Amino acid sequence: MSTRDIRNLILSALAFGVVALLPFYDTGYILSIATTMAMFTVLATSWALFSGPTHYISLATAAFFGLGTFVTGYGFQTMPYWSLPLIAAVLGAGLAGLVGMVTLRLSGVYFVIFTLGLAELVRQLVTWVQNRTGQRGMYVLTSITESHIYWQLLGMAALVFLVGWLIGRSRLGFALRIIGNDETVAKHSGINTALAKVLLFMVSGAAAATVGAMLAPRYIYIEPSTAFAPLLSFQVVIMALLGGTGRLWGPLAGVIPFTLLWEFISRHAPNQTLLLLGLAFLLIVYVLPGGVVGLQARLKRRFGQGGH
Amino acid sequence: MKRRSLMTTVAALAVMMGSLGAASAQDVLKFGAAAPKTGPLAGGADVTHWPAVRLWVEQTNAAGGLQLADGPALIELIEYDDQTNPQQAIQAAQRMATQDRVDFMVAPYSTGLNLAAAPIFSQLGYPQITGSNVTNQQPELSAQFPGMFFVLGRTSVMAEDTAQVLVDLRESGDIGNRVALVNVADAFGIEMAGISRAVLEENGFEIVYQTSYPLGTQDIAPIIDGAKAANPDAFIAWSYPGDTFALTDQAIVQDFSPSVFFTAVATAFPSYYGRFGQQAEGVMGMGGVNPDDPAFQAFASAHEELSGQGPDFWASASTYATLEILGQAIEATGSRDRAVVMEYLQDSSNSYETVLGPVQFNDMNDNERYWTVGQWQDGVFRGVAARGRDGVSDVVLKDGWD
Repeated sequence: MSTRDIRNLILSALAFGVVALLPFYDTGYILSIATTMAMFTVLATSWALFSGPTHYISLATAAFFGLGTFVTGYGFQTMPYWSLPLIAAVLGAGLAGLVGMVTLRLSGVYFVIFTLGLAELVRQLVTWVQNRTGQRGMYVLTSITESHIYWQLLGMAALVFLVGWLIGRSRLGFALRIIGNDETVAKHSGINTALAKVLLFMVSGAAAATVGAMLAPRYIYIEPSTAFAPLLSFQVVIMALLGGTGRLWGPLAGVIPFTLLWEFISRHAPNQTLLLLGLAFLLIVYVLPGGVVGLQARLKRRFGQGGH
Repeated sequence: MKRRSLMTTVAALAVMMGSLGAASAQDVLKFGAAAPKTGPLAGGADVTHWPAVRLWVEQTNAAGGLQLADGPALIELIEYDDQTNPQQAIQAAQRMATQDRVDFMVAPYSTGLNLAAAPIFSQLGYPQITGSNVTNQQPELSAQFPGMFFVLGRTSVMAEDTAQVLVDLRESGDIGNRVALVNVADAFGIEMAGISRAVLEENGFEIVYQTSYPLGTQDIAPIIDGAKAANPDAFIAWSYPGDTFALTDQAIVQDFSPSVFFTAVATAFPSYYGRFGQQAEGVMGMGGVNPDDPAFQAFASAHEELSGQGPDFWASASTYATLEILGQAIEATGSRDRAVVMEYLQDSSNSYETVLGPVQFNDMNDNERYWTVGQWQDGVFRGVAARGRDGVSDVVLKDGWD
């Protein structure tokens, strides 16, 4: 570990510590925005762990997220609360593994379409089971406050960053970067590409399911149509791409401005949210093709700072 | 230089706006409302929620506002789009309470969004009088959120009353024993089908056909096929707006016309009669009103005048009633202090005059008097079953589609 790594670790830990103090400052409006940000930070960062290096665009976030909310919905009365995110993580990883083994041999657009369908598939499965058993919408009534949820999400974010950092330094991370650049070359170099991709997909699925399990008490009423809302998958992709997936902190640089922008639009133009959002996307794509990370790299190149 | 003068202008404007706000703060009550304007429930909110809310605000202001202890106050309505997204519903409630500092908030639209926003209402002490939230969890919810009130009714009662209509018709010898029961495979449909099945079987009905279909399905034909082949006396569908229309369409196409034809949500929409006209005669659905009640008639014509469309014959009136209740509680206490108003609402001895008739909340914040089943009769969706409401009409048998 170089001194630079140690310095970065300490700085990150400090930043997390400061951010964790927020609920003592405000438990209202700011906290609710921060909770949303924390949620998308975990989702977008874990998404980018897989999709960043491999360039496989996954739209399955909603499937894992919804799975997680249902774990809490079913389990919160019978099981200790702390165990639910863990169970969700295991199930999320399991589902991702299963799906990954079947589909990660697909490439490009086939994979995208499959993952988009996955949320719908899981949703229909849950509905089918509910229909069979006469189960209905679930009420997750707990004493968990927004501050608790916020701290849980922060903890999760720290974990995802740590895992991402470790993967980046590992053989697995190196293998993934090769796969992303040229999968054929990777195969010929003796890399088990399928295994590497499935492993990473499982990490990202587990993280999204955990977030779902943590957020269920915030939604209170759990029903398939909101738990598996496909919009979530798109939001995550857009935020991650806005930030840029080349760096671990990239998605965070997308989540913060995007959440603020969305809030600004919702507040000042409540009748034109979707229209303005669409325009914002167009701007992002044309002006910031490499995301915030790409912008930083461009600026560095222009002004000749740093050694990248 | 240019920039500086711009800044000065902005600052001057800000000061002016600030002083304006201060001058009028005395006689304005800010109400915040967040409900779907986009997303899957936008269509429903556009029929049921928004026109009723705007109508109440306009009428109240036209009448000089609400009478507080220190004089009348006009209502200023702040609207947000929650995008049919619980996340956004939470954030919008927070924003209204802490950024716009509204005095009161209109409860959101639909069961899911009301529940998502409930902790915010509760935590910040805003009364949440819900008009489009059907649930069976009143005891648990009112214990957790003492400021949450329920006007629209209980799901179990609605399903029971629907089954009871069939029991009564059989008792009088109008229909036989055979029921086809279908539902949309979503939380609502599953729950309603479960309850009504239990009640029907308890009463010795034979379920000759039962199936469900996924939300948003395009292909309704096999369902009507199957139901028709089973030759039932009654057809009960716990359906959502899209499939309510599709099922009716398909039944007409296949000329499937049992003596009782029931579709659930949206049967009470004026657009249902607009679409099917005479053919809708005799169709039953959830909700209902007493169209002979002058209070409802006045509401309906004002609604039509303001929004260009009539109210739906179910939750429109109850949404409007939630604001009447809130307004009466504010006037009775003469206070804009939410804690005082809340205390008044929680006092179960108080009662309110509304478009639904008198409303009183029990100790679970639950209104026990509401319409449960309605039927299209002569172009009006009349209530044919109710708990504690006057003016219940007799059920008529459906006599074909022509």
